[in-house]
Parts: sequence; C-alpha cells; structure tokens
Amino acid sequence: MKEELFEIVDKPIKPEILVKKVESREAGAITTFIGTVREWTKGEKTVYLEYQAYKPMAVKMLKTIGDEIQAKWPKTLVAITHRIGQLDISDIAVVIAVSSSHRKAAYEANEYAIERIKQIVPIWKKEHWENGESWLGDQLENVPYPDGKPSIKE
Amino acid sequence: MFTVLLFAHLQEEAGQNRLEINSEEITVSEFKRMLQDKYKLTQLDQVMVAINEEFALNDDTIKNGDTVALIPPVSGG
Repeated sequence: MKEELFEIVDKPIKPEILVKKVESREAGAITTFIGTVREWTKGEKTVYLEYQAYKPMAVKMLKTIGDEIQAKWPKTLVAITHRIGQLDISDIAVVIAVSSSHRKAAYEANEYAIERIKQIVPIWKKEHWENGESWLGDQLENVPYPDGKPSIKE
Repeated sequence: MFTVLLFAHLQEEAGQNRLEINSEEITVSEFKRMLQDKYKLTQLDQVMVAINEEFALNDDTIKNGDTVALIPPVSGG
C-alpha cells in the first residue's frame, strides 16, 4: 500500500509515523512540527476545539504546499497530517515532518509549511470556551486576500 | 444547476451544509450577490469561492454541474 504523505484524519496523530514517512538515506536532518491545542488564548480559556475541513480540497492544498516546498527546497521530503473533529487541550492538531540532506532546509521548509496551511488549506477551527463558542478565521491577520484569492505561489 | 458546499459559520447560518442552485452560468461575483440577496449570508466579502476544489476569482464562471465551495478565512494548524 502506498503511503499517503498528505492526510486529513479524524483519529489521533502519531508523530513517529510521519518521521518514518520522510526517512531517507540521503537525509541528514528531519524536523517535525507538532501543533497542539492551547488552553489559554488572550485570556480566554478554551475547553475544547472542533476542526472542520473541506477534505478533498484540503488534501489537494496540502499537496500544493508539498510541491511549493519541492520547488523552493529541492530534495526535501515532506509529510503533513492534520486532524479534524473534536480535540481536547494538548491534543495534536497537526504534524509536519520534513527531511533534507542538511538541517537548514528542513527547518525552513517546515516553518513555510505551517504558514501556508494557515493561508490556503480549507480547515476551520471552532473554539469552545466556558461561556461560548466561535468559528475562528484569518489567524495571520491578513487583510482578506487582497488579490481576490490566497496566492498559490509566493 | 450546481451544488454549493458550506462550512464553518456559513453552514450554521444557513442551517445546512449544501445547497442546490438552479441557475444559468454565472460569474463568481454574481453568485456572491445572489447568496447575499437570496440566502442572507453575511461577511461574504471575506469568503473565497472554490470551483471543483480550486480557488476561483470573481470573474470565473460557474457552470452546470460544478461543485462550488464557500471558503471563509481558514484557521487550520
């Protein structure tokens, strides 16, 4: 069975599986980013989160990010898994693993991936607080897409 | 006729996650106007439109049988 490098799942994510996916004999570095559910945001206490995705398009956009990374940092390997559904505090929401022959590319490409996820991947987070709930958007505080759409290429 | 998928707050506002729209070919901006007038959806200026899983521009045309998604500002990660 072919391993999927870009996935949206509704079960807990195991980071070591993503590390395995990007292992390579050419690699001298693997970076992982693990995004977790934070309890306190700007003085508001989160009880739990709910993520929703437009799944087929979200997978497509994760692949697009993979392609962008290949173009910018050739010879890297990237795997991204994002979880959806209800998540509790400290649960893992997203894992990004990047391998490269030297560490700099692995660090840079990994950071690039999470920034792009927050721009172009159709996933939404609903915060459930002790006294209410709200769908969040636009966490990078960008003016809503000045070009009419989030830019696919930088 | 085309299908519209709704997510996040738009899904809750509309009370459903998909709409079937009977319409001739229309542009994305005409479509947004229609949603505002007919379905009373709000904050649409911040909402992106995807046609068949690709981000679309205001001048792009929605055709018969397309799957259109309304994409509010995303908040993954």
